[in-house]
Amino acid sequence: MSIIKPAPAAARGHDVAAAPRTGTGGKRRGPAKNHLGIHIFLIVMAAMWLVPLGWTVFTSLRPKADTDKYGYFSLGGSFNFDNFVEAWTRGGFAQYAWNSVLITVPSVILILFFASMMAFAVSRVSWKFNVTLLIMFTAGNLLPPQVLAAPLFQMFKQLELPYSISDSGNLLNTYISVIAVDTAFQIGFVTFVLSNYMKALSPELTEAALVDGAGIWRQYWEIILPLCRPALAAMGTLEVIFIYNDFFWPLLFIQSGDRLPLTTAVNNLQGQFLSDYNLIAAGAMITAIPALIIYLLLQRHFVAGLTLGSSKG
Amino acid sequence: MSTSSDTTTAGDRGTTRAPAGRVRRLSGRDKWVLGFMVGVPTLIQLVLVWIPTLLSAALSFTRWNGLSLTDIKSAGAANYQFIVNDYPPFWPAVQHNVLWLVFLALIATPLGLLLAILLDQNIRGTKIYQSIFFTPVMLSLALIGVIWQLFYNRDSGLLNFLLGTAGTPQAVDWFGDSSVNIWAALVAATWRHAGYVMILYLAGLKGVDPTLREAAQIDGANAVQTFFRVIFPAMRPVNVIIIVITVIESLRAFDIVYVINRGTNGLELISALVIQNLVGEGQVIGVGSALAVILLVISLVPITFYLSRAFGKDKEA
Repeated sequence: MSIIKPAPAAARGHDVAAAPRTGTGGKRRGPAKNHLGIHIFLIVMAAMWLVPLGWTVFTSLRPKADTDKYGYFSLGGSFNFDNFVEAWTRGGFAQYAWNSVLITVPSVILILFFASMMAFAVSRVSWKFNVTLLIMFTAGNLLPPQVLAAPLFQMFKQLELPYSISDSGNLLNTYISVIAVDTAFQIGFVTFVLSNYMKALSPELTEAALVDGAGIWRQYWEIILPLCRPALAAMGTLEVIFIYNDFFWPLLFIQSGDRLPLTTAVNNLQGQFLSDYNLIAAGAMITAIPALIIYLLLQRHFVAGLTLGSSKG
Repeated sequence: MSTSSDTTTAGDRGTTRAPAGRVRRLSGRDKWVLGFMVGVPTLIQLVLVWIPTLLSAALSFTRWNGLSLTDIKSAGAANYQFIVNDYPPFWPAVQHNVLWLVFLALIATPLGLLLAILLDQNIRGTKIYQSIFFTPVMLSLALIGVIWQLFYNRDSGLLNFLLGTAGTPQAVDWFGDSSVNIWAALVAATWRHAGYVMILYLAGLKGVDPTLREAAQIDGANAVQTFFRVIFPAMRPVNVIIIVITVIESLRAFDIVYVINRGTNGLELISALVIQNLVGEGQVIGVGSALAVILLVISLVPITFYLSRAFGKDKEA
């Protein structure tokens, strides 16, 4: 079971203060003297970190007329959400947002479904090629997507479909193409993480079921999967963000501008709004907001997902 | 684990040794179910990831305009010769990819580690700082390109204003000027990468056994010695992940330069050149594929490194 456990040194521990050398060890006793320098550094860094996003918010909230009158670098004039409304309607953001949903939701469901099946098969059942396949799955996720671009594009172009299904007569310009490739590309990572999680579950869990005569499917669906809920929640959150933030596959496969998801549509912001930076800023914020909302609501799962993926190496 | 049946052997015990106490074999139906559970994901993975990878390699030795399959002509190594000798953006792109890696490895990653070390102490407001540094990680690199464009603009960008150059002839178009735009893009990429590294190292630091630190301090090690001789080596699994992420991110860098100017004029990257050769008029699939193969071969270095670390123990068992 060597691969299940994190490295021996990684025992649980908390409050691992990174060594104020006085070793005050004061928990919640307020900052000690030698923390002052750290605070100054962190405040400066945090301020720098906030500037680009803060500037975007600031610009997006100012009407263009006020910016023209007072200049970009001024506090004059009013602040409102008019740019958001205008960008939303003029930029067709409702359509982009719906496209993002149409791509993200099926992809994440398929990824969790396929990856959990595969993870179960390689971690809870012993057979000849399970490690080989797991390596193949893990490696696939690490490839740069551009490596697969030309063959996938041509494969989808050559695959003829009736026009009732696809108005391009093939798989290009369809959501299916993006969903399929997003799913294939992300299965590897999720399989890897879930298989580690499942390996750490006690073998006795499924032994009892075996005695009762439960088949493989029941062991997977009724015993292991419910126990994986925390990992599934973490992976689900992470994948929603990953797929939502995916820029490349829609860029490659989708030609009609009105079928692009939000993230890929940002590529057209400047073309749409020319040098109206207030509208561009509002458009950028509209695209950022779904990710930021997910972060606020599901921060714990998202961070858990990232660290689950890195707990081994 | 001796009592576990071969169908439920958790972990890697049973992979190489025949388990002594076989309770029962898989039933016929279970084999079908298992075949489905393994077969469908594997088929998806093969058809949409691995076969295209092999086809990329095959296409890199051909000449093709991307129209009809019958137009594919063998070209030997001509595409590679063309890229290395006669394709002007290639060597700048290689340089930029190397620069990307060096910048992330020497600046963005250490910065993330430093933030993690500082925030791991009992300081007031650590959660707020963490949230601030982590926010960019939620955003796509494409969106980060747009956000920083607003910050970097020649006339309306905040940076030129802060530098006092806005509206003067000295104002710099940070993303447009080919002598500085790679650095401007790297700063924007760092904005995201450092937060990512920070969150992984924060988890890594939480996992270090506190008695290690105490022991080092009793032995008279100072904070810096304790960190570099004891804590940092103890985080080896995280270090491996960070190395791999840093290398892979610098090879995958694409979105941000594509949003800025499609990876031209000072922002050439191998990944962007692949796409420039595949889309638009005058498709040169062979050249694009050869560039993709070059990218693939370089990527195999970190991928193999990672796989050997992640799965090395399995194979020995």
